[in-house]
Amino acid sequence: MTARVVLPLSGAAAIATATATVQSAWAAPLQDALRPAGVQARTILDLLNLTVIVCTAVFAAVLIAFFWALWRAPRGTRETPADMSTEADSAVGPKAVAEPGLRRAVIVATIVSTVLLFGLIFADVLTDRALARLSMRDAVQIEVTAHQWWWEIRYNDPQASNVFITANEMHIPVGQPVLVTLKSSDVIHSFWVPNLHGKKDLIPGRTATIRFRADHAGEYRGQCAEFCGYEHALMSFLVIAETPDKYAAWLAHQRQDAPPPSNELQTRGEQIFLTHSCAMCHTVQGIGANAVLGPDLTHVASRQTLAAGTLPNTPGHLAGWIVDAQRIKPGTVMPPNPLAPDELHALLAYMATLR
Amino acid sequence: MTAARFRRQMPRALWLIAPVVIASVACLAGCEREQRQLHTPPPAASAASAVTMSSIQPVASAVTTSSTQPVAAAVSATVSNPYENNAYAVSQGKRLFRAYNCSGCHAQGSGDSGPALMDDKWIYGADPASVFTTIKQGRPNGMPAFGGHVSDDQIWQIVAYVRSMSGQLRSDIEPPRSDSLQAGKPEQRRPPEEPKRSSAPPAAEH
Repeated sequence: MTARVVLPLSGAAAIATATATVQSAWAAPLQDALRPAGVQARTILDLLNLTVIVCTAVFAAVLIAFFWALWRAPRGTRETPADMSTEADSAVGPKAVAEPGLRRAVIVATIVSTVLLFGLIFADVLTDRALARLSMRDAVQIEVTAHQWWWEIRYNDPQASNVFITANEMHIPVGQPVLVTLKSSDVIHSFWVPNLHGKKDLIPGRTATIRFRADHAGEYRGQCAEFCGYEHALMSFLVIAETPDKYAAWLAHQRQDAPPPSNELQTRGEQIFLTHSCAMCHTVQGIGANAVLGPDLTHVASRQTLAAGTLPNTPGHLAGWIVDAQRIKPGTVMPPNPLAPDELHALLAYMATLR
Repeated sequence: MTAARFRRQMPRALWLIAPVVIASVACLAGCEREQRQLHTPPPAASAASAVTMSSIQPVASAVTTSSTQPVAAAVSATVSNPYENNAYAVSQGKRLFRAYNCSGCHAQGSGDSGPALMDDKWIYGADPASVFTTIKQGRPNGMPAFGGHVSDDQIWQIVAYVRSMSGQLRSDIEPPRSDSLQAGKPEQRRPPEEPKRSSAPPAAEH
């Protein structure tokens, strides 16, 4: 008996400890469809609530009818069996004859079911209309390209010098509609930020759009919602909804080139970035590294996570990621980069300046 | 069961079992084709360890000293590339071939400012180690050295793909299709070429 109680308790304690450890390392932000932060997610939640209420009521009614039928059923024991005779062959009297109101009850239940189901269809159509009606006046336009396994986020601008690309972290202004263009470079992915909207697939060779609006400032976690290969589970991103002022400041900062290195160590780190394999795949604006295979690293130090939400962005994690990313995210395109300790040190010092 | 009855029933049992056995064997044979080595070992202990640098360097130095007389396949014929038996690695090589802009000079294998890779002419040798050396250390007349920029492991993947372009690999390993638009037949359906030693490009003569 004690073992039975203790085992689950210790299991729960272990899970609690593990959760606490993870949270202390980096508290993952909210990803919760039940706490909508935008008008779209609110509309979807209303539909969900309605569906849950209707289905619960129907389920309860079915259960009640079922137990009522059980309670009314003819009972008997081995000695005195229940009278299952029908009117035709019974001398005692009708016990198990057809229920008098049965036909009426079945008709009523059928009508009610039909009405409720059509009601849900109607609510569904209304929800879809509401989702499609979000005004796109002064919409922020963002282009998201999914890769195995990270998100490329491009902020287009009519003025070419204002265009910039970031990764795995999307900033949006609160209260302003956002029109996200979705593309994929390899396989089918799905864009899902439950606090803001439903899912939308990204299909190679096609362009989809999703529109939403954040009404409350905050950080919302999104993730790929369509299995896309080995590291599908490690393909998340952040949507950071902030006040228009802060958003404008962030935009202005992201448009800048990387700052020049300010001391000898950082200069060496920049040289290592350019002469080793980093520059084969990554961009750092302003130093001549313009490859577009991996995430743009011009402002990598300003981001919260590494490798699409896999690791918190700390120098230690970055070092581990650079040296042997395959240990952390097996299958990722990032190759192992064996650097001498002083080279790695210089590279990290330089990358810390990429704010 | 009498022997006669056994003989009578045997063919029917065989008919039932044979397809299952054949299908299972076919499945097993396909197992290793796609096997993915997710954790690529650090270069020191990588697949490249089959080729030690000391076995490559003499070739390279010979090439750099006498540019008009390529000597590639001299020592390296014994070196094999384990990725040549793995379809996943070959298609990774194909991806990298475009990603690292090999196609910028060699086009999709037909050659442009760099020589064609899908024909039977090999200036510096068609064996895996020679192709590895070509990519890693570069060659005269324009081929840059990618050693230090591209990891040895990825170079071996590219080597496997480059050789698949002229049908040097088993056809079930070669890429059967492209992710993007490609003129001509996919690697798998090209007839295998017999590698021939070719002289250095004309640019080398003046």
